[in-house]
Amino acid sequence: MDIRSKVIEIIADQAIIETSDVSDESTLEGLGIDSLGLVESIFAIEEAFDIQVPFNANQPNESSFDLSSVATIVQGIEKLIQEQS
Amino acid sequence: MKRVVITGAGTINSIGQNVSQTINSFKEGRCGISDLKFKDVERLSIKIGGQIHDFEPDKHFNRQQLSLYDRYTQLTLIAANEAIEESGLIFNGQLAASTGVVLGTAGGGVSTWDDNYRAVYEEGKNRVHPFVVPKLMNNAATSHLSMKYNLKGPTFTVSTACASSNHAMAQAFQIVRSAQSPVMVTGGSESMLCFGGVKAWEGLRVMSKDACRPFSLNRNGMVQGEGAAIFVFEELEHAKRRGANIICEVKGFAMSSDAADIVNPSKQGAARAISNALQDAQVNVEDVGYINAHGTGTAANDKTECSAVADVFGHHADKIMISSTKSMHGHIIGGTGAVELVACILALRDGIIAPTIGYEEQDPECALDVVPNEAREAKVEFAISNAFAFGGLNAVLVLQKV
Repeated sequence: MDIRSKVIEIIADQAIIETSDVSDESTLEGLGIDSLGLVESIFAIEEAFDIQVPFNANQPNESSFDLSSVATIVQGIEKLIQEQS
Repeated sequence: MKRVVITGAGTINSIGQNVSQTINSFKEGRCGISDLKFKDVERLSIKIGGQIHDFEPDKHFNRQQLSLYDRYTQLTLIAANEAIEESGLIFNGQLAASTGVVLGTAGGGVSTWDDNYRAVYEEGKNRVHPFVVPKLMNNAATSHLSMKYNLKGPTFTVSTACASSNHAMAQAFQIVRSAQSPVMVTGGSESMLCFGGVKAWEGLRVMSKDACRPFSLNRNGMVQGEGAAIFVFEELEHAKRRGANIICEVKGFAMSSDAADIVNPSKQGAARAISNALQDAQVNVEDVGYINAHGTGTAANDKTECSAVADVFGHHADKIMISSTKSMHGHIIGGTGAVELVACILALRDGIIAPTIGYEEQDPECALDVVPNEAREAKVEFAISNAFAFGGLNAVLVLQKV
């Protein structure tokens, strides 16, 4: 499975919606994912791709990992896979 | 001082998944102790327990809830649902603002600790699920109960090992009696039947490999159980005004500390808790008909408890019925006093004394009427429930028929 569809699957699962309702432009906030849901999504991403996502819930905006949309999350994962493999 | 009554009860344990099933098991003297089933059980030398086998969490909770609810929280919420539904109370406005939750647990989310230690130590994983902490904490069940029913009053968890839920219910009683809140939700829960939970107890060498036989001369130790029981404690006039069904009255309580030994019980500490509880309830020793014993089935507890009862009740001790339902559901540790309160309800409301099953041989050091093996019909006006914890912390409740 490619990175994008796996990310969409994780996010849809977290937001309890269909994967077809998640697009590249979707934001986690827009899909109703709260702060607990966010850390759970990051955990699921780490498990799925065997990477470590730099994220501190105290400073969510200062993370080098851009969580603003599905597209930026996919890009971030691609970068981390390259760096950490 | 206000009078306090119980207007709702709920439980789940190895002999019943609600109060009526549990009461039927008490009446039949049914044993819920069986072979334990969980990962690595073959590495234990103790392989029995009062485990709830036919409980399917995913039939009660969704995936999101399960990611936050340790088994001890799940059991709490099942029991709370039954209790609150029976009470008929709906919590909003001032009632919601004043009603709180006090629960007892000794270990909290033990299997969450166990599963995640296994993941990082044994399986070498370097990350755990983000909800490990909120799932395992000792107040998780209390907080989820509070959130689910909108209970915003005094809310906390009490942890005093095997006396946790008696201490918790004593606190809830005190809050209602002192008019701080008209209603409190209280009880306790425990679920430590997992590899690490049983392995730790095994180390103490106080566990039986075959059965829990309290007060019987051939008793050879305690058997762990799991479960929860939750009650709605309500101020009498509040309950009457709304025409609530009153199950029984909570009359008094006392707590004491042995200040002696971290595991061995003291007769004096237990006796002080019992006599102070009777004094608090203003009940004469002759009026007590039933004692739900701590009765763990260990050599030390049972003889100390019988001796404390004999000291407090004098000649009347021979007329009192005292039984240990741990013989059926096992020792539910921090939740045990709560589940055992169901046996007190059975005695007071239905006039049936739950037996001490597995009783085979009389022990001269436990020469009381332990209601051996078969339930008995008897009219009881007052009942007491004993809990004597490791660490020498004792809590005794006194209840009255309505």
